[in-house]
Amino acid sequence: MKPRHRKLALIAAVVAALGLAVVLVLNAFNSNLVFFFSPTQVANGEAPTARAFRIGGLVEEGSIKREKDGLTTRFVVTDTARTIPVIYTGILPDLFKEGKGVVAEGRLGSDGLFAASQVLAKHDENYMPPEAAHAIEQAQKAQQTVVE
Amino acid sequence: MNLYYYASPATFYPLAGKLIPWFAGLAVVLGAIGLYISFFIAPTDFQQGEGYRIIFIHVPAAWMSMFIYLVMAFWSAIGLAFNTRLSFLIARALAPTGAMFTFIALWTGAFWGKPMWGTWWVWDARLTSELILLFLYVGYMALQAAIDAPRRADRAGALLNLVGVINIPIIYFSVKWWNTLHQGSSVSLTGAPSMAMIMLWGMLVMALAAWMYTIAVSLARSRILILERERQTEWARAQLEGQA
Repeated sequence: MKPRHRKLALIAAVVAALGLAVVLVLNAFNSNLVFFFSPTQVANGEAPTARAFRIGGLVEEGSIKREKDGLTTRFVVTDTARTIPVIYTGILPDLFKEGKGVVAEGRLGSDGLFAASQVLAKHDENYMPPEAAHAIEQAQKAQQTVVE
Repeated sequence: MNLYYYASPATFYPLAGKLIPWFAGLAVVLGAIGLYISFFIAPTDFQQGEGYRIIFIHVPAAWMSMFIYLVMAFWSAIGLAFNTRLSFLIARALAPTGAMFTFIALWTGAFWGKPMWGTWWVWDARLTSELILLFLYVGYMALQAAIDAPRRADRAGALLNLVGVINIPIIYFSVKWWNTLHQGSSVSLTGAPSMAMIMLWGMLVMALAAWMYTIAVSLARSRILILERERQTEWARAQLEGQA
């Protein structure tokens, strides 16, 4: 291989590598940057309801109901403005709890029920010992009582 | 004394040799302290229990993966601008360590994701951009290994390195800009950290240990690269003969 050809091959390799990186980035931008849609976005018709997509929000307090088969769970995802009822059969992550973040992948039925094929827990960036969490909870409760 | 003095490989080589034991020693001491805090002093987390302790490896590794890339880009830019051989060599010496930390961040992230989120991997913006960072590191090393002419290998690698820098702010801000499964940052330059103080300390000491390790390892690696590059010079020959 002549030096000139080597140089050309090298430039081609660099361009190809950069091109691949850009394609991956753009691909991520397109299909994955919106990792999930909120119930409000779904209500506004922003979600691709024709195919499978993900919804995200909080599990509404008191909404988790387990069916008799022991595997199927019904719950409601809320963004505090809108809600979507969800049905899911399978094992739930440990952090799946009422009032906590959740991301569910599945299809929206014509009856408005979201049939999830995968449920993921989305936790926040707060880390503290249980005693501290308990203290904060107590403080919030105390404040609410004062307001009421 | 001036800085240009140490920009010469012949003077940098013995200096690096003297510094390595100090940084290696600091890495061991800080690593021991950091691990002790992580496992024995830091309390259990209120929602993730003991599982959250993987943060003490995961976050320092992720920080290093991004920071090393920035440092490499800095030296690449200096190298391209002033045509200094040593700058390219330092960038080159850092790359394998950066790739290692990127891999650790992805790997521990998967181990953490399975019990907490319920999945090993998702294609969200944070995880995808970190994976691209791993490809950038591997691409940089492959590109340099593929070119025989050292000077040209230096320049090509530096160019790829500089173009890839665009990915770093994307990784860092991905959790702010888009909906991701990955949670936001617990520690930022502007706001108060959203974690208990002792947990934060554990993480910071581990990060410092990772810094010291990175400096020690890349100094050692740059010494080998210098000898390899300068093997036709008299001082390098003397070094090699002295070792043999």
